This record gives sequence, C-alpha cells and structure tokens, in this order.
Amino acid sequence: MSTLKFILLRLLQAVPVLIGVSLVTFTLMAATPGDPIRLLVGDRASPETIAALRDRYGLDDPILTQYFTYLGNLVQGDLGASLRYKVPVSELIAQFYPVTLFLVVYTIILTLPPVIALSVWSAKRQNGPADQVIRVIGVLGLAVPVFWLALLFARFFGITLGWFPVSGFGETFSEHLLHLFLPALSTMIWVVPILVRNLRAALLDEMNRDYVLAGLSKGLGEKQVFRTHVFPNSVLPTLNLFAVIVAYLLGGSVIVETVYAVPGMGKLMVDSILARDYFVVQGATLVFALTTILVMLAVDLVSALIDPRISP
Amino acid sequence: MRASPMLITGVALVALWGAIAAFAPLLATHDPYAIDFKAIMQGPGADNWFGTDNVGRDIYSRVIYGARLALYIGLLGVIAPMAIGLTIGLLAGYFGGWADTVAMRVVDITVPFPFFVLVLAIVAVLGPGIGNYFIALALVGWVGYARLARSEAIVLRQSEFVLAARTMGFAHGYILLRHVLPNSLSPIVVYMMTDVTLVILFGAALGFLGMGISPPAAEWGVMIAEGQTYISTAWWISFFPGLAMVLIGIGFALIGDGLARMLRIER
Repeated sequence: MSTLKFILLRLLQAVPVLIGVSLVTFTLMAATPGDPIRLLVGDRASPETIAALRDRYGLDDPILTQYFTYLGNLVQGDLGASLRYKVPVSELIAQFYPVTLFLVVYTIILTLPPVIALSVWSAKRQNGPADQVIRVIGVLGLAVPVFWLALLFARFFGITLGWFPVSGFGETFSEHLLHLFLPALSTMIWVVPILVRNLRAALLDEMNRDYVLAGLSKGLGEKQVFRTHVFPNSVLPTLNLFAVIVAYLLGGSVIVETVYAVPGMGKLMVDSILARDYFVVQGATLVFALTTILVMLAVDLVSALIDPRISP
Repeated sequence: MRASPMLITGVALVALWGAIAAFAPLLATHDPYAIDFKAIMQGPGADNWFGTDNVGRDIYSRVIYGARLALYIGLLGVIAPMAIGLTIGLLAGYFGGWADTVAMRVVDITVPFPFFVLVLAIVAVLGPGIGNYFIALALVGWVGYARLARSEAIVLRQSEFVLAARTMGFAHGYILLRHVLPNSLSPIVVYMMTDVTLVILFGAALGFLGMGISPPAAEWGVMIAEGQTYISTAWWISFFPGLAMVLIGIGFALIGDGLARMLRIER
C-alpha cells in the first residue's frame, strides 16, 4: 500500500473518534445544570439578548439539532464565549495553549536522557541493579502525588536554594526554560517508568534476534551492533506510546500548572471550573483530546514512513 | 508461586494503614479538628509530633484520621469501574459481534482524553464532592477493566473447557459466571491494585484543587493545599500528608507489582 493511501485511510479512521469526542464534550455541556447563557450575559440582560444568544447556540432546539449546531460551530472554530473574560473561548485557547505545548515538549526532551540511559543499562545487564532501580522508580512513579512533589521542589530548589523561579512563565525563551524546569521535572516522575519499561522490553526483544548474531559473526563489535541495529529497531515500538505519554503529560499539566501558577491550558481549565466558566471547560477538554488525537496520527504517519511494513 | 519480599512488604504496608485507620481514635494524640490559636505553625516536636498548621491543628492526628478517608476513597472508588468494566469486557469478548464492536468504539473515544482531565470535567459539571468523584470514576474508569476482561474472554471462549461446557449444553450465562469470570480475574486484580493507588491520588488531587472533599476535613489533599501558602515557612503542613500518601500508594503499588510477577502477568 502506498504511503499516501495509508495517510488518507488513517485520516478517515480518525473521523469516528473525532465525532465521538465531540459527543462527549457536547454531553458535558448539555448535562450542566442551569442556563449557561444566563450566566454568560448576567442577570441584567434583556430577554431579547438572551433569546438571540440562545438562538445562536441553538439551545431551544431538540437535543439532536443542538448537537449539530454545536458541531457546526466547532468546525468554524466557535467554541462559545468565556463568562469570566468576556472573550471567545478560541481566543483564550490561542493564548494559553502554546504555554502548555512548550511544557509538554520540554518535559519530553528532559525525559529522554534518563529513559534511554536506564533502559539501555538494564537491558544490557538483566536482573542487575538497574532492574531494581527501575522497579523502585516504577512503584514511586505510581505512588508519589505530583502536586505534592511539585510543592516540595518549589520549596527546595526554588526557595531554599533559589535556583529556579517558582511561578509564572517568563518573557523570553531562556526564561521559559528556567520557569518551566521545575514543572517539567515534577511531571517526569509519571512518564519515566512507563517509557523505561517499554523501551527495555523492546531492547531485550531485539537483542535476541538473528541479525544480532549475524552482525557479531561478521565481526562487528557488540557496541556497533547495539548502536546501529538494536537501538533503532527498538525505538519504533516505544514511539507508539507517545500519544499515551502526551495524554499523561496534558493530564499532569492541569496539576503542575496550578501549583506553579503557569498560565497554560491546565491552569485555565482549573480556574474555569472553579469559576463555573463552562464554555472554557468544554473547550479546554476538547483541545486536550484533539491534541492527543493529532499526536496519535503523527506517530502513525512517522512510523509508516520509517517502517514501510506498517499498514492499517 | 512464592510471594516475593516486595509483595509481603506491600501487604504489610496496606495492613498497617488499615490498622491505623481502624484505631485512629487510639493513635491520635489530639482532636484532629481542634483549633488552637496559641499553637499555630509549630514545628514538629514533643507536643505535636508532625507540628501544627496555620490554625493550630495537630498534623499528626489529622494524618492519622486522613487514612480513613484515603482508604474509603480508594477502596470504594474502584468498585463501580471494576464491576462495569468487567461486565462489559467479558460480554464483549465472549459473545463478540456487534456488541463487541460498539463497546470497543466507545473505548476508542475515551482514549484521547487524559484520564484526569475527563474526571475533572465531569466533576465540574456535577459539582464538587466525593460522591460526584465516584460517579466520574464509574463513567471513565471502567475502560481499563473492560479492555483487560475482553482480551481474557476472547482467549477463554476458545479454550477447551469452555468448548466442552458448551457441548455438554450449559447455558452461556452459566459458563460466563462459573468458568470465564473466575479464570479472567488475576490480571483484573493486579490492575485493581494500581487503580486503588490512582484513585487515592486523583481523589487527593481533587481535594487539593478544591473540587473534592471540602475543608476542614482531615483529607490529605486538602491538607497539602492548606500548607501550600506556608510552604516557605512551615513545610511540615504539606509534607507529612504527602508522605502518608506516598506510603499508602507504595503499599498498593507493591502488591500490584508483586502479584503481577507471581502470576506472570505482562503489564
């Protein structure tokens, strides 16, 4: 199957999931008690204004029509308006989303060195000390509350040692790196164990293949076989985890952004929930899901380009 | 099949927390809700082992009572997701066909949502509180169980003893309950142990964000949030409840890890 055909097919397969996701976010709003429009315009709005807005969001229509109105608005990028900021939700997202994206990418970059080091170390010496370290990290990664860890980091590295700022995002790129270092470090504990476990398993799988023996008998050094054959082949299965990892990091961003007062999507969502700013909550939830779907698609496409054997 | 030291440690830790929760009134040195303005933000010492918070409540006693809430949330929170997921997964895997297709499409839809975000969004709609947290868990958490149960049921439905039972004329319902269900439980139980940890963690995270159990409850997440403002001067307010969470989480995680190794379950 040609790559182009694969891409098209993969995009088509994403459509039902997208529709499902929109159904979930629509239901969230439909299940919300009270009239969101009344909240939006306040108590002193004229009945005409309310009627006009209700008509725009199709709130007096049957529920199925309402859904299609919502879908139609979505396609045009209309996610409703924020009750707090009195601006379109899409504008808020455009403002807060890049920060979270920065945090997610930054965390992934910081995660790679320890993940690669730990999994290679443990794969080369099975049942050695590295495996014990990984086991302990795995258990800790599950048990340590990220918000607590974030607070402790803020106190120790931020206040006691004064190495890093403990809130905000900064103005310049290097300030961003500095401001987001502790948030990234705090969320790492979630994803490092998962990645290590998978990369290690993939490495062990590949190390027992025939081509390794062939390479060795050809006289290639063990290091070279590992570097040029085993490792690249092991990366692909781990790449498939990327979407899961991004979902984890987005979930974690909700917590760390709140602790470190980082102006990203997570903090926006929490603040909006507390302020009952429902359109923003709905929009943020949708954007989180869309991000994961996009990453899933990207991973599939990249995998297909790297390894032509993969087909849907 | 021998229990590893890690598994035993896990069981011991969880049993210890169970005992702490059960005997909280005996173990506590103070009333966990007693405000004492003469002793605010005292560091750990002889009178208050873990110090006092910003209104003079004894942190040690509050941590002890918090064990009750944590176990209550963790153990109760997994029941509904497990029951729903097990039922859907077993039926989908055993019968296959359109029911399976529908169930798996629903599972596909929940995958892109970060778990915690979806729980938060549902709690946002329903309102804060632990009951609504349980509802959110039931709506979202069943997916993991359903996937596991389904893959077990698909294997078991073709196993010889199930085929034999079919030939002997037993009804599907009987086979599902007496053969498929008991044989698919081990991965479910392993998953449940990690799930308890997550449910406790997310419950506390909700409390921390102000959407779970509300103050002045002696809930660990709430306590950590109360200490956040004073983290630079009185670190102990947040530190000890978090440490308790780590220790209870490690207990369940070790049980899960140990069981998985003992039963040779891939995770």
